Amino acid sequence: MDLSAINPILFVAGFLVAATPLIFAAIGELVVEKSGVLNLGVEGMMITGAICGFAVAVETGSPLMGFAAAALGGAVLSLLFAFLTQITLANQVASGLALTLFGLGVSALLGQGYIGMKPPRLPDIDFGPLADIPVLGPILFTHDIILYLGIAVVAATWAVLKFTRAGLILRAVGESHDAAHALGYHVKRIRTLAIMFGGACAGVGGAYISLIRVPQWTEGMTAGIGWIALALVVFASWKPWRLLLGAYLFGGITQLQLNLQGAGVAIPVEYLAMSPYLITIIVLVILSADKSAAPASLGRTFHASQ
Amino acid sequence: MIRLEKRPQPSRAFSLATPLLAVLATMIFGGLLFAMLGKDPITSIITIFWQPLFGEFAFYYRPQLLIKGAPLVLIAIGLSLGFKAGIWNIGAEGQYIMGALFGAGVGLAFYPVESFIVFPLMVLAGAFGGWIWAMIPALLKVKFGTNEILVSLMLVYVAEQFLASMSLGLMKNPEGFGFPGSRNLQQYDSAFNADLIEGTGMHWGVVAAMIAVILAYVLLTKHRLGFAIRVSGEAPRAARFSGVNPTRLVLFCLGMSGLLAGLAGMFEVAGPAGQVTIDFNVGYGFTAIIVAFLGRLHPIGILLAGLLMALTYIGGDIAQSNLGLPAAAIQVFQGMLLFFLLAFDMLTNYRLRLGRTEVV
Repeated sequence: MDLSAINPILFVAGFLVAATPLIFAAIGELVVEKSGVLNLGVEGMMITGAICGFAVAVETGSPLMGFAAAALGGAVLSLLFAFLTQITLANQVASGLALTLFGLGVSALLGQGYIGMKPPRLPDIDFGPLADIPVLGPILFTHDIILYLGIAVVAATWAVLKFTRAGLILRAVGESHDAAHALGYHVKRIRTLAIMFGGACAGVGGAYISLIRVPQWTEGMTAGIGWIALALVVFASWKPWRLLLGAYLFGGITQLQLNLQGAGVAIPVEYLAMSPYLITIIVLVILSADKSAAPASLGRTFHASQ
Repeated sequence: MIRLEKRPQPSRAFSLATPLLAVLATMIFGGLLFAMLGKDPITSIITIFWQPLFGEFAFYYRPQLLIKGAPLVLIAIGLSLGFKAGIWNIGAEGQYIMGALFGAGVGLAFYPVESFIVFPLMVLAGAFGGWIWAMIPALLKVKFGTNEILVSLMLVYVAEQFLASMSLGLMKNPEGFGFPGSRNLQQYDSAFNADLIEGTGMHWGVVAAMIAVILAYVLLTKHRLGFAIRVSGEAPRAARFSGVNPTRLVLFCLGMSGLLAGLAGMFEVAGPAGQVTIDFNVGYGFTAIIVAFLGRLHPIGILLAGLLMALTYIGGDIAQSNLGLPAAAIQVFQGMLLFFLLAFDMLTNYRLRLGRTEVV
């Protein structure tokens, strides 16, 4: 066992990368849940985004095109969910699960020809002398643009939800869809847009795994990270900044267990691999008390005649 | 323009017709999907639905229907009790794995003793394993109000890691030449979940599934607890007024679905699968969710839906080997089935009306 092999600076830089897919998926889901819809299909949208991004990046040679395609793929898949829950008024839990199963199948199908390929690399942004600062340099200034975009999306979401009219309308729809409808807001349209945003974000999160974090395509490569993103939204009490914190916590645990595996710690590999999921459960238990922050209309179907 | 008008009563006719409509729509769109993949759609659909039942090698495939269908039906019955009451056990896959591990563990502990008591003990252990794994989300829900969807799901991943650790470590076969995986329980007579009638595929798991269907039907229609389950799902406020104890309901529904999933896992590991290996779990826990909804959460419906899903699995395998259809296409097919079912379900509760919206 050689714990000194774990370099703390690399560890922190590593978990920032590990947390980014979670940040994207969770912030998308936060917006969706704020509008009152519980979308359990995050895993399906993430993996669809992963394959769309991977395939387009390999075909066009441009990773940024890949990310754009991933966002598009996630959004299109989420439209199916929007159709089920907003037009045919199906149960949201079942529809979300259907989306996950469907997304996993579709991604496996699309990914047939891409197993084992290497995607084009997205270069890190060159900050010049900033990256040479002793501790903060390698941690903060050596990443690719998508990672910074993730933090920007969180900041933008917080600002929109808090300060703009659009954010207020979104929150109103989530708290009481009947009242919002009575005021003349088009509840289904707003929710559909929120769902598409969630899909696009989840897609980008998934593509981050297949294009930057791993970077490769394997069937089922998201391995439950979509579900952790769902737990993260609850953990964050539907507040964007707490979500960022939670994502770093989980990214940290995931990275830590990988590092511990590499350092030859005496605990068997499988038990270390279990730890992120167990920690998620513990965190959920501790934070279940704060239910007050949940949007009041979360999970309830809206039909104008009622 | 088309409007949706809520029906005063859910339509019985559509309630029965929606699964059939969903299957039909899936066949059509599935055919389109196969056509896009370059396979002849009609041949593919016939291969998936017709061949296993009436084709050339049907005598081999028909028992497989029971073998694949039994765990699906068993798990789905348990899930349906919870879903009916609005209690979402999504971690059936994890409970299935734990049941298999507990059952196989007891069996392997007794090896090489030959006794009639080994199998019943394995059954009890399997049921207990699944039950206790489901009790974790249940207790967390009643004590702390934690969302059972997320907890049960996280436990699936924990269970998968546990399975890997067991098959590589504690349960590894000492006479296995170093290969991962446990001793093969099919060779251990007291533990083997053999076919009751040789060659029909009807092992104890199939019997258990049939008993579960009957018991679930009786529970839901005749027993007070079944009434409590149905009311909690359909009219939660009425349920509270009528004195339904939500804690007891959560513990029962989650516990029962865990128990049945654990049993399914145990019958599978002691029978068709034989060994505890890393890739022992094939996703029955998640497919059972589709089966439960396809059967409209009704025991008889689930029985039929389970057989239908087993048919798609087997047909899919045949299509894979005969037509070169990728395995993932069948996953998409099954996901589509659930999609269409959920979409068509709207027709049960709402009526489509053409015409202008009224102006007050």
